[in-house]
Amino acid sequence: MIIDFTHIIEQLPELVRSMGVTLAIWLVGTAGALVLGFFVALGLRFGSRLVRWLLYFYVELIRGTPFLVQLFLLYYGGPFIGIALDPIPAGLLGVTVYGAAYFSEIFRAGFDAIPRGHVEAAQCLGLSRMQIIFRIEVPEMTMLVLPPAVNMTVILLKETAVLSIITVPELTFLMQAIGSQQYAFVEAMAVLACFYWAMVSITGRIGKAFEQKLSKFTFAHT
Amino acid sequence: MTTAPISAHPAISVRGVSKRFGQTEVLHGIDLDIPQGQVTCVIGPSGSGKSTLLRCMAFLEEATEGTILINGEPLGFSQAMGAARVRLSPERIRAVRANIGMCFQQFNLWPHMTALGNVSEALKTARGVPKAQAEERAMAQLRKVGLEDRAGHYPSQLSGGQQQRVAIARALACEPKIMLFDEPTSSLDPELTGEVLKVMRDLAADGMTMVVVSHEIGFAASVANRITFLDEGKLLLHGTPAEVFGKPRHPRLDQFLDTYLDRGAAMLV
Repeated sequence: MIIDFTHIIEQLPELVRSMGVTLAIWLVGTAGALVLGFFVALGLRFGSRLVRWLLYFYVELIRGTPFLVQLFLLYYGGPFIGIALDPIPAGLLGVTVYGAAYFSEIFRAGFDAIPRGHVEAAQCLGLSRMQIIFRIEVPEMTMLVLPPAVNMTVILLKETAVLSIITVPELTFLMQAIGSQQYAFVEAMAVLACFYWAMVSITGRIGKAFEQKLSKFTFAHT
Repeated sequence: MTTAPISAHPAISVRGVSKRFGQTEVLHGIDLDIPQGQVTCVIGPSGSGKSTLLRCMAFLEEATEGTILINGEPLGFSQAMGAARVRLSPERIRAVRANIGMCFQQFNLWPHMTALGNVSEALKTARGVPKAQAEERAMAQLRKVGLEDRAGHYPSQLSGGQQQRVAIARALACEPKIMLFDEPTSSLDPELTGEVLKVMRDLAADGMTMVVVSHEIGFAASVANRITFLDEGKLLLHGTPAEVFGKPRHPRLDQFLDTYLDRGAAMLV
């Protein structure tokens, strides 16, 4: 058997298009997950008992089941309860709901890591509860969660590969198709691995640069 | 005249304050008046309840029993003679607490704001002062603590002593009538302790009412008008430094001061 990439190179336009789908779903899904996760974290921290209980249930459910199963249930089970989505919207919703559960936990841990005294100082100076949340706690939490949040973003990129099982035309879906049609599975998977690895590396670099930029905001040594 | 002048009241009146954390009682029925315009130092062994007492005065801890009056106004709870304690509204609590500035052992500057940002924040948000004006007032406070040239620095770029001076400026920016200090120099090395104590001395000389929980016995003896000695959650002694430190001395205080012999309190013994 000979390693031969010609079949893959022949499909270059398709390849580029499906890379675009992967990147778009990843970026939009991550943005959605960050926003939703942020509100879930706020709800978990500052909400009423009922709100907290419902959000806790959501986070535990998502974290306690495989992403693959969640997608199956959403895409194939959704129509039974009136949620009939096309593959791309379903995939996007899946990534958002899945990512948000993890992001909310990251944000929650970030809130917990803020020294109690920083909030007390604000209370003593007369800041209201809302002012303390949005002027003190949210900015400090954001700095604290940068490394784990970048890590989760990278994980979400790799999780988009799972969307192939609900026929989202992203890169993994295409490469599986090329691989089986052309008997070039090894080549297809090698290209796929290189793509994910390159994107993860770039994301990691950007995250590091961000961290360095924010390093002067890190907690002062006392 | 419809209202009594403020000076008619003690700056802080502590009335029968007890504080329990679960089963442990850390304060037992404390009665204490903090006079206007004077420096009161609270000393005592660790675990004696002195920080808890100070935190009750800032309503960061809620006393389990008793009341605290700030310039005659109840803080947190009010209690008529023989009646049950009533919790006051958050607005009322905030209004009374606006009289108080607090400094912490750990400084507690906000790491995402510059020195100027830290000092001007409460003016801008809590007091609604326009940004330019708030920063001007903040700058004046930084000048007062000698840190005008560090206004654009973040807390991580400042030494411990500088951070504590920024924290003092931050508290002063809201023009409190009373300043509370919770072991302000305990996390500083001796060299940096000096610059913070100097700022506190200047503040005392300006006539600020101050309550200082400190292990700096030298500072207490030289700057304080009143010394309060707590032991095991009870107020053991309260008076002028001459009364408290003079001989004959309370045996428990003697024992406590012995532990300071090596730390610059030799002059008292």
